[in-house]
Amino acid sequence: MPELKFDKAKCDNCKAISCLVKCQYMSLDKSEAKKEWQKVINGEDSFVLEACVTCYACEEYCPFGNHPFYLIVERQEEKGILPQSRPITKQAINMTTAQGKFLVGKPEKTALSFCAIPRLYTLATGKLFEDVLPSWVLGTEFFCQAMFLHFARMSVIKENLPQVIDNIWNQGIREVIFLHDECYGTFTKLAPAYGIEVPFKPIHYFEHIYKRLKELKNEIKPLNVKAAYHRNCSARLVPETDHFVDDIFGLIGVQRIKREYDHENALCCGGLLMTSKGYDLGHDVQKRNVDDMVKSGAGYCVFNCPACWDPLAEKVARRGIKPIHIIDLCKLAIGEKQAVEVTV
Amino acid sequence: MQQQDYVSQIHRCFRCGYCKFPTDYSSFNCPPYKRFRFDTYSTGGRLWLIYGWLKGEIEWSERLAEVLYTCTTCKNCTEQCPMRFAPDIVDWIVGARSDMVEKGRIPPRVAHFFESVYGYGNPLKLLRSDRAAWANGTKMYASGDEYLLYVGCLGSYDENGQKMARSLVDMLNAAGVSFGILGSDEECCGNEIYMLGEMGLFQNLVEKNNQKFKELGVKKIVAICPHGYNAMKNRYPALGASFEVYHYTQLLADLVKGKKLKPFQSKAKVTYQDPCFLGRYNNIYDEPRQILQSIPGVELMEMEKNRIDAFCCGGGSGNFIMDLLAGGEESPARVRIREAYATGADTLAVACPSCLTMFTDAVKSEDLEDKLAVKDISQIVKESLTAKKK
Amino acid sequence: MSDVYEALVKIVGKDYASNHHEERYFYGRDPGLMTPHEADCVVMPKTTEEVQEIVKLANKEKVPIVPKGAGLALTGLVIPLKGGIVIDMKRMDRILEVNEGARYVVVEGGVTHGALRDYLNKHHPNLRNSLPESPPITTIAANVVIHGQGRLTNQYGFNSDMVNGLEVVLPTGEVCKIGSCSVGPYWFSKGPPLPDLSGLFLGWLGTTGILTKVGLKLYPKKKIKDLEVLVTDKEDLIPDIIFKITHTEMVEDLAIWAQERPLMFRGNYHINIFLTADSEDELEMKRKMVYDSVQEYVDSKDAGFMTINLDMRRDFMDNPQKSMTAFADVRRGGGFEYAGPIIPMELYPECARKVAELAIKHRVVYGGSGRVIHGGHCMMFSFAYTFNRADLDEMGRARKALHEAAEFVADKGGVLWKPNIDEQKIMMERMDPNTLKLMTDIKKLLDPNGIMNPGNWEAK
Repeated sequence: MPELKFDKAKCDNCKAISCLVKCQYMSLDKSEAKKEWQKVINGEDSFVLEACVTCYACEEYCPFGNHPFYLIVERQEEKGILPQSRPITKQAINMTTAQGKFLVGKPEKTALSFCAIPRLYTLATGKLFEDVLPSWVLGTEFFCQAMFLHFARMSVIKENLPQVIDNIWNQGIREVIFLHDECYGTFTKLAPAYGIEVPFKPIHYFEHIYKRLKELKNEIKPLNVKAAYHRNCSARLVPETDHFVDDIFGLIGVQRIKREYDHENALCCGGLLMTSKGYDLGHDVQKRNVDDMVKSGAGYCVFNCPACWDPLAEKVARRGIKPIHIIDLCKLAIGEKQAVEVTV
Repeated sequence: MQQQDYVSQIHRCFRCGYCKFPTDYSSFNCPPYKRFRFDTYSTGGRLWLIYGWLKGEIEWSERLAEVLYTCTTCKNCTEQCPMRFAPDIVDWIVGARSDMVEKGRIPPRVAHFFESVYGYGNPLKLLRSDRAAWANGTKMYASGDEYLLYVGCLGSYDENGQKMARSLVDMLNAAGVSFGILGSDEECCGNEIYMLGEMGLFQNLVEKNNQKFKELGVKKIVAICPHGYNAMKNRYPALGASFEVYHYTQLLADLVKGKKLKPFQSKAKVTYQDPCFLGRYNNIYDEPRQILQSIPGVELMEMEKNRIDAFCCGGGSGNFIMDLLAGGEESPARVRIREAYATGADTLAVACPSCLTMFTDAVKSEDLEDKLAVKDISQIVKESLTAKKK
Repeated sequence: MSDVYEALVKIVGKDYASNHHEERYFYGRDPGLMTPHEADCVVMPKTTEEVQEIVKLANKEKVPIVPKGAGLALTGLVIPLKGGIVIDMKRMDRILEVNEGARYVVVEGGVTHGALRDYLNKHHPNLRNSLPESPPITTIAANVVIHGQGRLTNQYGFNSDMVNGLEVVLPTGEVCKIGSCSVGPYWFSKGPPLPDLSGLFLGWLGTTGILTKVGLKLYPKKKIKDLEVLVTDKEDLIPDIIFKITHTEMVEDLAIWAQERPLMFRGNYHINIFLTADSEDELEMKRKMVYDSVQEYVDSKDAGFMTINLDMRRDFMDNPQKSMTAFADVRRGGGFEYAGPIIPMELYPECARKVAELAIKHRVVYGGSGRVIHGGHCMMFSFAYTFNRADLDEMGRARKALHEAAEFVADKGGVLWKPNIDEQKIMMERMDPNTLKLMTDIKKLLDPNGIMNPGNWEAK
């Protein structure tokens, strides 16, 4: 089994313990954080392992790239701690088990990966992708596995990932445009952290649509709207891609409103919080997030993660803000139709 | 011709009855079920009877064949059926019809339809030499013309269809479109022949037509009739076609958008009938409406059931000639005329010669001739241009 | 029979009576597994008077009659077991009256649930009826005659509890009004404060009369609908979870389901919790109460609310739920049937295990689902099995599985819902003899010639 490349010395020398001090779902001062984090490193019991809501944020907070979140997930699994309930974990494993039911378009050297998320297939149409389509893959055979970070199942990720990589490679694909941070993060961050070799070149879809929008510049009609960006947990794996949100918005005339819960301070969509912790925490987080959007005068709430859509889109819409995936937002700017909508 | 394997699949119908409805369940939307009301005349009934026939539990009878042939292949069932096989339903029915054709067990009216097309190149059994009698000097297609205008059998021979053809020709000329017709060289498109299950004749027609188009160097066809458009769009390519095909409403919509045609004024409350072979078969819902809405003074009023829920005129699958659903107030065309009239419109716009002829008859039966005009979209556009001249 | 056919033509006109084999064949079977038996004639009356004439004719000729809606009970209740005339009621399709203030509707005996849903949406958007999950062609009259259930059953009981009055053509041809409409113009009560005579017709499977009009209660239609799905892998917890959720009195409908396909659902039990509200605040209050009511099971990791894909949510909230019908073809076989006993909540775990056990034993695919009735007094548990209509062996196995399920539940004290003739026997064998005698006497009194849907509720 691949092992996490974790450098204990980096943590020993760390003064800030940002991984825990900055956590929005636990309240620890530096000395408590230092103490609890040492327990985690040493494999001792720590309340942190129970309290973690698996929001990935500590991956971003750690200035050394030392993968605190992966370590938490490892320790949770070792101790049999279930961040999610048993039946929900069972469901997650069932729904992502490869059953030979994958779909492919006509995969070529460069291909789109829709992971195991049919909604990405629905989204990725039109001029933004016409240079790649119909080169695409979809199905649990291509599932990036990162979701199991929410389920304390690093073992599942480690076991399945090499096969997933083979499956993509065996389609003759050498460059993959991933439409989800979780996928891109898996192949650019998680795999290297475990020494798993990735033979193909991962490309983030932000980069792709930014390039396409520049090519389609003459067709863009600026939208002139203010948008709240809902920054998802898996964006924490790849913070270096965040600038593309501003770059893309700039091209299509969208203002990313300044608000409390964006960037490093982003809040979880609340989906798994409701599932794992109950109503109060989940609702509080969703309410603060949406209140903040309303207060900041957002006309749109822009999603990047297709999974945040389900728990949050309707709730945003009921507050008079139009939920939209960033791909759809770009489509509107070039006169194409929105593919995924909610009606309330 | 590759046949749909309906024999191994047709048992899958649950006869749940969703096929009888439009999306909102407001009324029955399966034309033969609405007309006859026995469950046997709904899609579910038809599929169960076919399965019974395959299993030998039902003997062939003329009535069984009539039940099968009253289906207008309007595709409402496909839109509503909750099962995964929904897209295949019409093909199953066509498959069963083709077996009946092969066994020579079809209703006389269907046989007559085939004979007419076979012998005369049209189901009206009119002389080939009269095919362009309507044309009044319309230019024949010549190499270099941008479009071949495919007029179709109703456009060529039916009194109402001819009016439609003439007004469309006038519009194309007014817009300076480069086109020509085939005149008496034109032949049936075969769409109904396919739907009625005469695969040999269909293949023969397509091959002849394809050959003719190829010889003339036709690159683009514009069809007056959605039925012909459907056949050429979806069936001809598999048999070697290599031309682009448009329905005339697509072309007119472009001409209006590009200001090549500038409708002037027309004071009318118009409701629009989506033809099955334009809408449900080919997803063309917007262009006809765009044309109507481009006419200043036209108020477009939708019927309750429109677009994917539009109720068929009852003319599909050759029923514009055979009319197996005729008779009484519940015949689909009469039902639909009442629905159109209920919108408060004074004009029912159509984009299909089959709808035009069905509704022109039905509006008389409903005694609404003076209250509801039935017109093709090209006629409405033409009138709005004429208004300018006056 | 040709005389009977000719007489029917005289009553309804030639377009609406048939003795053709096509109709006799089709109306001789239903989508379920019971053995078909062909009708002699099929007739489609338009008015109560025509129904009366048909019934009188049947009495004169001693010919069986079987009133039929959409025939979707699946248990063969409209198969003319002894031939005769099948009366397709769907031409009696007028919605006669909506009393908005008293929240009721009066419909003719062939009005479909789909048509009523649409009518209320368009004309009375604040009102709704309890729509069953069966397809929209299901008629209101047939649904109450079999004690159907619907989306409002958790709140208000069986759909037959929502009846507000009846017009019935008795087996001897007289028309009889039941409830407040028997003494005045209003249809606000099916019985109280009078003796409740509706019990002579509801649940009798068409053996005691033909409903030509039904008064039906309507209910407030809230502006917002939402759904939560609680998942657990321990069936033994379900009764308590349901008890806790129903205690909140905040839930419109509660449905529990378990199925082996797709793989995502295997090994878990899912509780669909339907919420309705007129405002966001009301919705969140209800949601919080529901969540809090089961927090102990979330904390113990035995249960969790699943994140529902919005497409799936739309599908679940669709009413009638189209995907439920699509279950018939999950294995491309086009068939399913279920035994749907009414059971006390405490029998859920045993039934949940049994439905899966029988599926393995008989090599069929199952779906096990339940619907909570009236706040938890009981539930309908469906032992559903798919079958391939082209595979006689599998059809036989599915039928065996269903029969064993029925016997199992009856032995446990459950009551079989819309029972097929075999299940009716299972019930009658276990019934208090005096009860059975009372039923037999009533039937005989109402239907002296035994013409009404004969074969059903027939004690030996």
